[in-house]
Amino acid sequence: MNRKTLSITLGAGLFIALPVVAVMAGEPYLVTLFSRILIYALAAVSLDLMLGFGGMVSLGHAAFFGIGAYVVCILSFHGCEGTPILTWPFQLGGHQSGLVLWPAAVLLSGTAAAVIGALSLRTSGMHFIMITLAFSQMLYYFFVSLEAYGGDDGISLFSRNTFAGVDLTNDMQFYYLCLAALAAFLFFSYRLVHSRFGMVIRGCKENERRMKSLGFPTFRYRLVCFVIAGAGAGLAGALIANQTEYVSPGLMHWTRSGEILVMVLLGGMGTLFGPVLGATALLLMEEFLSIYTEHWMVYLGPFLILVVLFAKRGIYGLLAGENSNHG
Amino acid sequence: MAESLLSVQSLVKRFGAVQASNKFSLEVADGELHALIGPNGAGKTTVLNQLCGELIPDNGRIFFENRQITRMPVYQRARLGLSRSYQITSVFAHLTVGENFSLAIQAHEGHSFRFWKRAADDPVIRRGVVPAMARVGLEKRANTQAANLSHGEKRQLEVGMALAGHPKLLLLDEPYAGMGPGGTVELTQLIQRLKTEVTILLVEHDMEAVFRLADRITVLVYGQAIASGTPDEISTNPAVREAYLGDEVVERRVNGCSK
Repeated sequence: MNRKTLSITLGAGLFIALPVVAVMAGEPYLVTLFSRILIYALAAVSLDLMLGFGGMVSLGHAAFFGIGAYVVCILSFHGCEGTPILTWPFQLGGHQSGLVLWPAAVLLSGTAAAVIGALSLRTSGMHFIMITLAFSQMLYYFFVSLEAYGGDDGISLFSRNTFAGVDLTNDMQFYYLCLAALAAFLFFSYRLVHSRFGMVIRGCKENERRMKSLGFPTFRYRLVCFVIAGAGAGLAGALIANQTEYVSPGLMHWTRSGEILVMVLLGGMGTLFGPVLGATALLLMEEFLSIYTEHWMVYLGPFLILVVLFAKRGIYGLLAGENSNHG
Repeated sequence: MAESLLSVQSLVKRFGAVQASNKFSLEVADGELHALIGPNGAGKTTVLNQLCGELIPDNGRIFFENRQITRMPVYQRARLGLSRSYQITSVFAHLTVGENFSLAIQAHEGHSFRFWKRAADDPVIRRGVVPAMARVGLEKRANTQAANLSHGEKRQLEVGMALAGHPKLLLLDEPYAGMGPGGTVELTQLIQRLKTEVTILLVEHDMEAVFRLADRITVLVYGQAIASGTPDEISTNPAVREAYLGDEVVERRVNGCSK
């Protein structure tokens, strides 16, 4: 067993055993903390698909995260009240079941990504960063001004969704559901980056000009990658809405996009497990350093600089070895 | 003359005040190796970029197999069989040689909206990779990262990728750029072999190579084609001599040919 498989197996084992250990150690709040970590890891992996593999540096990824969360909250708000969301052109009611709400969240954030991507991907480099930032801020202010759903104050979820027999109000079960969602998305991403599509995406990152002259309509492929990443973030958003049982526009503020970006950089861009490590490291630091000081970011800064300077593939590179392949 | 595979009619391209292409016309016949030469700054690369679609001409028309492609996007031209290599090596440095070739083949084997199956296991791609590598003598380097190849090998990869999709017309942009004497011989042999398989438009600085390889030569000066003909015709052409006056290599080459 090489270093890479060893680290991955060990990491997976830790995540699987965590709730049991936490309960035995009398620290059940760790289950909640790690549910949050898993959800952010999912968002970070989705960003890494377009950033690390596709070479698209977006500062607006939290927009899709937020859309996913709002879709769940708004739909279940109407579901609880029994009021329709739309009366025209057709009657549309709310819902309570995760089986309906989460796919809806994925679908809507994917659709938003298709629209935003189609416009943003006409630019590149710094312009692309700025335009994704602008779009996400537009959505942020849209939800700030959306008084019907709490505006600036956000909106609470009456209760966690139901989900095919899983009791989401049970933190333990919710944790394992998040873990399953992350594992499924990681497996999907693994297949994706090694597929034909993944090869095209990686080629576009390296040298888009050459990809075109080889005969690839690169815009389409990059757009689909953008949509997949947005949909992944939407799923993470649906989960975070259930985890915190509360959604506010802050979820899609550009600083949130920056946070997810830092997770990817910290863990290892262009690797599948890196973002998971990055999310874990960042949120654990936030949790434990903020006990001592509210200025915990002061410690994060130098740490991030050290990792970026000395670890080529982030924390993942340190654990699994510099030369290990992505995936 | 055989029928034209590529026909360029009075191409005009301006960059501000600079007339990079000035009513440039060119006919490349099916099966020939046509060389495009000209002094530095004559606009050779600008022509090539318009042919492959990275630049859209201000005026004029380009026909490929009697089909107008003047404003067609790059990737569609590539799919029609118009392939190019780059003067500055433009490969996927972080991918292996094998993966570089897979991508080049994949581009011509259906769409790539396939998200699940491993590309490396795709029989259609696998079948093509080894012959494509063998064609430019890189089959032993399949698992080497392209960044770790020698300069000569990178040039071979560069040309090999342009060939992998079995193009009808190959645009070679200064394949000899930056090569030592050792690799030059191999590259000349390679191009001589390719000549029998595919129509080539060669843009080149190295006059020795051009006069040895080309069936016909077009001379470009200030964005205009001042002469077009066989190597013998070109070497005796007074306008060409004038354009190249002072360039020793050409002087020698031109004098050598006219004897």
